[in-house]
Amino acid sequence: MSAATTPARTGAGAAKPGGAGRTALRALQIVLLPILLIGLWWAASIASGVYYLPTPGEIAATFVEVWGSQRLADDVLPSVGRLFGGFALGTVGGVGLGIVLGLSSRIRAVLEPVLEFFRAIPPPVLVPLLMLFVGVNTTMKLAVIVSGCIWPILLNTIEGVRAVDPVLIDTCRCYGIRGRRWLTTLVLRSASPQIMAGMRQGLSIAIILMVISEMFASSSGLGYTIIQFQRTFAIPEMWSGILLLGLLGFLLSVLFGFAERKVLKWYNGVRAAARGE
Amino acid sequence: MTTDAAKAGTARPPAHPSGAGGRPRVAGRPPNRALLGLAGVVGFLLLWEAVPRLGLVPARFLPPVSEVLATLGTRLVLPEFWTAVGDTVVTWGIGLGIAFAAAGVLGFVIGSVPVLRAFTSSTVEFLRPIPSVALIPLAILLYGTDMASTLLLVVYAAFWQIYIQVLYGVADIDPVAEQTARSYGLGRLARLRYVAWPSALPYILTGLRLGAAVALILTITGQLIIGTPGLGQQIAIAKNSNATALVYALIIATGALGVAVNVGVRALERRALRWHASVRGEEIV
Repeated sequence: MSAATTPARTGAGAAKPGGAGRTALRALQIVLLPILLIGLWWAASIASGVYYLPTPGEIAATFVEVWGSQRLADDVLPSVGRLFGGFALGTVGGVGLGIVLGLSSRIRAVLEPVLEFFRAIPPPVLVPLLMLFVGVNTTMKLAVIVSGCIWPILLNTIEGVRAVDPVLIDTCRCYGIRGRRWLTTLVLRSASPQIMAGMRQGLSIAIILMVISEMFASSSGLGYTIIQFQRTFAIPEMWSGILLLGLLGFLLSVLFGFAERKVLKWYNGVRAAARGE
Repeated sequence: MTTDAAKAGTARPPAHPSGAGGRPRVAGRPPNRALLGLAGVVGFLLLWEAVPRLGLVPARFLPPVSEVLATLGTRLVLPEFWTAVGDTVVTWGIGLGIAFAAAGVLGFVIGSVPVLRAFTSSTVEFLRPIPSVALIPLAILLYGTDMASTLLLVVYAAFWQIYIQVLYGVADIDPVAEQTARSYGLGRLARLRYVAWPSALPYILTGLRLGAAVALILTITGQLIIGTPGLGQQIAIAKNSNATALVYALIIATGALGVAVNVGVRALERRALRWHASVRGEEIV
């Protein structure tokens, strides 16, 4: 962002500080508060000396030590793999079902109350249930993730499909566009902003469920490892796990933002044009 | 919101009898949404009853719905059940209340001062996507199986949902309205009351709606994983004692709670925004 705005701003206002100054200000805006907070934490942990509040330095050192080695391959990557697998299945299921329901008002009318109820069930309660059903294995963890992240995707897809511009529907009919092409160029594309919004919600639910399914019932994985550290009072290790989960959430959100901008490039362009930019 | 729009849309044909009969025109549309919905519910219940009875799924995994509902019925008269429901609702309410108050105040202050906003945004963008369940070990360490443990998760998760919406809301204030108010001599407080608040209200309520749903999820999660008292804890206990029908019954109870929360917040939203175009529009159409 700063790279894009800097040249334009400096060109417009001569009174403003130069390009380097603005970049420096922007950098300061980004790092100042985090540095302050970490410093505060450091001071607090030294001053208080409580065992459950290690200094950020300790946490960072432990982080490299704990997660840099074998554990990355044994616990972290399988967890992330299940997360992606469950999220992908949930997306396919949610979008597929959403298209069917969005296109047929009759099926929608029949299923709406049932879906409304299922959506209202907090997804974590399905963990004990699916444990009964499929036992403690990868299928259960995948099923938990799918059963949680499918709802926002499904409901948003239904809304998106319902809101397809009627003029475009008629246009497609006139030009004889139907079948697969009709689905991809008209329905999916029109609904894609809503679908992406649903997927974003679904992704954050999927992360939560990945962690919970491992915390509640598992002998491996990221969630299990972190809760195990807590139980054995391995405090710096536990904090490093929290940090890792935080980084994972942050990274996934950045990646998703990137994908979203790419997929919705046409849409953002249309909106910018509508605003007269 | 959407379901009401849909209901309003389908309620129209009978209200506008076009021509003498009016029926042939609407023949292609579903006759009655409520009836179809009821059929869906009944069909679902019958399916649930039939699948274990026919042995498609062993009844120890999926008890027939009649058994589950009977279990739920016996639970409904027990005081422990209502204590658990009460604990869940109290945890949810306190957590959402704290998150709402904190996010509202911070969102308004930081959102209306551009310098603050610029300096906090990187921190917010980093903290917001952190899954709140990452805090579970910390919560156990700090508060054990006390309600405060679950509250920590609930507040953290709900706070960001509301905070971000408040920021959007404050940013969306119409500069012309703001300048008009200023030139009419409205003071800072009056502008806050008559310009900023109504402009941001739709966003705040959206935040509240999202936050309420997330807060309930985290309340149940905390009770399930940490074991703080409430419905989630009851589910964990029932599961450990292999009372499958009870697990299902309690899940239905949490679902009913979820529906109540959704319906309640939507009703609040419609009431608080009855002056707003999005709500007025629904009533006219």
